[in-house]
Amino acid sequence: MPDQKEVAIAVKHIHKDFVLPQHKHSSFKQLAVNMVRENNKTTQHVLDDVSFEVHKGDFFGIVGRNGSGKSTLLKLLAGVYVPTEGEIAVNGGITPFIELGVGFNPELSGRDNVYLNGALLGFGRKQMDKMYDEIVEFAELEPFMDQKLKNYSSGMQVRLAFSVAIRAKSDILLLDEVLAVGDAAFQQKCFNYFEELKREKQTVIFVTHDMGAVKRFCTRAIYVKNGKIIKEGAPTDIAELYAEENIDTKHNEREKELGLSGHFAVEAKITTKDKDGVKIKIKYESPGEDDMYVGLSITKDGVVIGDIVTPPSKPLRGNGEVSYALNFDALNPGVYQIAGVSLFKTINRELLAINKYQNEFLVKGTDETRGGALKMEDTWEYDKN
Amino acid sequence: MKYLHSRNRAILREMISTDFKIRYQGSVLGYVWSLLKPLLLFAILYIIFTYIVPVGKGIEHYPVILLLGVVLWGFFSEVTTIGAGSIVANGDLIRKISIPRYLVVLASSFSAFINLGLSLIVVFAFSLFNGLLPHISWLLLIPIIIELFAFSVGVAFILATANVKYRDVSYIWEVILQGGFYASAIIFPISLVPSDLRIWFFLNPVVQIIQDARYALVPVSGNVTIWQLAESKFLKLIPFAVIILICILGFTYFKRRSKYFAEDI
Repeated sequence: MPDQKEVAIAVKHIHKDFVLPQHKHSSFKQLAVNMVRENNKTTQHVLDDVSFEVHKGDFFGIVGRNGSGKSTLLKLLAGVYVPTEGEIAVNGGITPFIELGVGFNPELSGRDNVYLNGALLGFGRKQMDKMYDEIVEFAELEPFMDQKLKNYSSGMQVRLAFSVAIRAKSDILLLDEVLAVGDAAFQQKCFNYFEELKREKQTVIFVTHDMGAVKRFCTRAIYVKNGKIIKEGAPTDIAELYAEENIDTKHNEREKELGLSGHFAVEAKITTKDKDGVKIKIKYESPGEDDMYVGLSITKDGVVIGDIVTPPSKPLRGNGEVSYALNFDALNPGVYQIAGVSLFKTINRELLAINKYQNEFLVKGTDETRGGALKMEDTWEYDKN
Repeated sequence: MKYLHSRNRAILREMISTDFKIRYQGSVLGYVWSLLKPLLLFAILYIIFTYIVPVGKGIEHYPVILLLGVVLWGFFSEVTTIGAGSIVANGDLIRKISIPRYLVVLASSFSAFINLGLSLIVVFAFSLFNGLLPHISWLLLIPIIIELFAFSVGVAFILATANVKYRDVSYIWEVILQGGFYASAIIFPISLVPSDLRIWFFLNPVVQIIQDARYALVPVSGNVTIWQLAESKFLKLIPFAVIILICILGFTYFKRRSKYFAEDI
């Protein structure tokens, strides 16, 4: 095929096994014991026959839950691990690091750390001299460069690390979970940088949990689960799959989480969930006969879109259950979160118990004309000319 | 490849300078400790072995011989101890970036090397103070120290590799070093060892190196070297054969295992 795009990375039938000794013999004694005893090692197949191709100019997303094997995959691409089986063919240079701020030393000043980190990314002293001012300016850390890194806040450290890392010019860039850092303004800078990479047709491999970023930047993505690629395709499809998978597991994991106070407790559970709505069952416990109210918060992208309390005319007492049913009619497509349920003494919110219960539900659909949460009643009017 | 080469040099340089910036951080005297440490150890040994157990009595320039031995042994001990733990200590780096792993071991060796340079200045000053005059044979110290460096690095590679899987290695090595200190004829002159046993001492390359260095610095007959001792050429080559063997073993073992360091740590 003559018009096929040039391949940047070809991953062919990669397997990665970790041999986990039943008793890890990190000392001679244990080694001797294990040699006498039959050494029953267990092999963990972290990656199981993974194959994919990344083309030049792709912004390639790797998505998956924790423990799915995506970090191992990234380490294999970076060359930190070697595959047990299979082959990775890299066409061009690849960034050798998988995390920001590798080699950062808390006892060194910010300045020294920039040079150290730069060297690890492949820059000599002279090259760093030229870039130094730009790096510091980008990180917005001019007044702090002579302080030791250990006195930096974690946000400052990441900003510094990110500012150095983006100088690394390789044919293929590896980016891992960089979006979760910094304040809003710095995130915006990161996004601008990604936009620029995308415009420049830089080949990027991008591992993240942020589906918004996947949809916004990626040209292609894969979904990794239990060491296998279960889907490869358009970012929107992958993001939707991720959201669905995540809801299922969160539901199971978080079912039981009791409140803080011993006498009062509240817990929640999603009982039904379909395309039209969601039903949440809230169980409460209390010792006395005082009037109480139950409340819950619903958020989207970290913004509270609903803060709902049971009506004052119907107080609750003792132990019992209430159900909250939400109809999706007024909501835009996307992932919504239930961010905590609580038990109040009065409607003025004297807190009795709180449960940091978290769960998600998905409002399906595609309406590209709308962002945010609320499906508002509105119309566009066009100029008739 | 040239790019790779300069990149590795830059990494090595930054790692060494980091090591130096951090080593004496928070101490009042700072680098002075590099000089003070061997001097203080020397002072203790000198007092013990001149006044309490007078093994050094009647030996020409015993203080110089002792100090040189302490400094060279200190270097060997530093390279191998820090080298042994270097991969594990830099686990974070190993697990997150694919730089050549040998750089980590080399960086620790080179910082010890710089330390040795500082200590040797003290040795020379002390020699002059002790009435020795600079001699052309002092230049022989250069190849001798290179030999010591090669041997130390070879040992460090073996220990660093083994230590990734078996952390016991670094503890055992401490004990071996302690024993080696007495087996390497540092506090007593090798002329005190019965003559038929002496040659066995020279199986240990450190003994050959230290004796050669002593002879180069203080060319008196008390400083027996392997060159005077061994009759056959074959025997004379043994320390060098050991060093070459250790280096080959160290580098191949390290190279074979270093691929898996990231997951083994």
